[in-house]
Amino acid sequence: MKILVSIKRVADPDNASKLKVSADGKAVTSEGLEWKMNPFDDWSLEAALRLTENAAEKNARVGEVVLVSIGPNDEHTQRIIREGLAKGAERGILVEAEEGDLDAGVVSSILKAIVDKESPDLVVMGKQAADGDSNVAGTKLAEKLGWPIINYAMTIKTNDDGKTLEVQRELDTGVAALKVSGPAVLTTSDRILHPESVKNGVTPEDHKYAKLEVGGRYASLKGIMQAKKKAIDQMSIGDLGADAGKALNYTKFELPPARSGETTFVEDAADLVDKLHNTAKVI
Amino acid sequence: MANVLVVAELLEGKARKTTLCAVTAAKQIAEGTGGSFDILSIGEGASASAEELAAYGAGKVLKAEIAGGYTNEKYAATVAEAGKGYDVLVACATAYGKDLLPRVAAKLDAGVASDISTVHTDGGKLSYTRPMYAGNVSGTVEITTDKQVVTVRQSEFDAAEASGGASPAEDIAIQSDPAADKVEFLGVEVVKSERPELTDADVVVSGGRALKSEENFANIIEPLVDALGAAMGASRAACDAGYVPPELQVGQTGKVVAPNLYIAIGISGAIQHLAGMKGSKTIVAINKDKEAPIAQVADYFLVADLFDAVPALTDAVKKL
Repeated sequence: MKILVSIKRVADPDNASKLKVSADGKAVTSEGLEWKMNPFDDWSLEAALRLTENAAEKNARVGEVVLVSIGPNDEHTQRIIREGLAKGAERGILVEAEEGDLDAGVVSSILKAIVDKESPDLVVMGKQAADGDSNVAGTKLAEKLGWPIINYAMTIKTNDDGKTLEVQRELDTGVAALKVSGPAVLTTSDRILHPESVKNGVTPEDHKYAKLEVGGRYASLKGIMQAKKKAIDQMSIGDLGADAGKALNYTKFELPPARSGETTFVEDAADLVDKLHNTAKVI
Repeated sequence: MANVLVVAELLEGKARKTTLCAVTAAKQIAEGTGGSFDILSIGEGASASAEELAAYGAGKVLKAEIAGGYTNEKYAATVAEAGKGYDVLVACATAYGKDLLPRVAAKLDAGVASDISTVHTDGGKLSYTRPMYAGNVSGTVEITTDKQVVTVRQSEFDAAEASGGASPAEDIAIQSDPAADKVEFLGVEVVKSERPELTDADVVVSGGRALKSEENFANIIEPLVDALGAAMGASRAACDAGYVPPELQVGQTGKVVAPNLYIAIGISGAIQHLAGMKGSKTIVAINKDKEAPIAQVADYFLVADLFDAVPALTDAVKKL
């Protein structure tokens, strides 16, 4: 099974409250913040790695994961691809682009060109990027390919060829179960990191992964060493012949107003109820 | 002049209230540009829902009855065909809207502004403000394609009120899509609750990892939730640990809520959680650690062990 996983670099999402906006309001500046792998892509990479390994045999690789990142061709983007390679992915692709030239439509066109070239069985993507929070590129990609998409996959069950998959999809009203014939696009939900979220027909059915609290697996020292020798193909949007016409034009960025007022520390439960009832008048 | 089509969201044969938030946004777009709006009722129960949706002042209500469970592949071609006659397509930014509309947009070569919080129609020109970076930046965006596709954040648009009258209904043809044959719908488990909906409640009580177990949610949080007539929410950590089901998650990747009162119990307040609740009018934190990041947004903070404080709070609320 061959899986394409897209990974985007984003300004450290855990410190997003430190972002600033340029004086003219035309740009978001993330100076002082580290570039990180979009956490939602990290979760998807974890799912893709589980789909292509035998976890009972020291995570022996039984398939191929190809990473693609679209962004500036610099040390930061390369570091993030290397991080994914160190976790276990086989190869990387870096499509050079300026952040300001991208939107979900352009990204999906670039990814379509990569899919046409690489012919993966699956594309597994983060449901959204932690910067733009759009949640659009995966589904647009699926439509451009004429493929099905399962958004917000929380469990994935397939066999080692990945041709058909049973997927549970998280809704805001419950959970839907679907059977999908590949090739297909998947995006993942928070729940994909569960110890038993992925079954691939190779790893024993009863295998439980270690509980992951924050993101996907850490790279092993061996993985980090091996990643140094793995290939990262570099290319431009022009090389791919992808449609680079943007549909979104951001005219202004602003920091949202801070919450007004101080925090009142209350004595006890009775004091809290008194304040909520008599001062805030919300109960 | 923008003519708008609202894509209704049906659940078990009835239009969800989320549809009415999309109607409010559609009215703003239509009124601000001198256009009009229609509603598309699609899915199982579309005809019955169309009757209900006829009371909101739409020019007409289109209906497309499609049996069986929802997949975006099954609906998108029909929505796109209907959408050809409109300038803007609008749905609520729920798991449904965010799944369906991008596929429709790709069919129509349209840009998507997702999860918008404000509609601007200055001089008849449309733009939208949307939260980005987990709500830490607001971006105002124009869509430059001929057609525009928008999903709206439920907590930022009040549900439209029925205005009387009856919009005429019109059946539309169901379009097929080869991608639909590749997905088989096996079933859906819809979670039922007697409590108010999380995104629609005046009061939300949320618990975090500090609750430690499903039983503690039931014994500590739920009595307070019910004493306040509130909806119950949770942090990602609590949902991940299985203390409560995933659809109760509040945050960047869960639900975004903006109730009059939000009570965060044993929640440290990671940036991803704040993204889902910092628009609440009054925020209360109950936490052992007064330095917890939740303090950045809390109006009232009770520094206490939740296992003592919450039952006492429940008792005090009951005495009101």
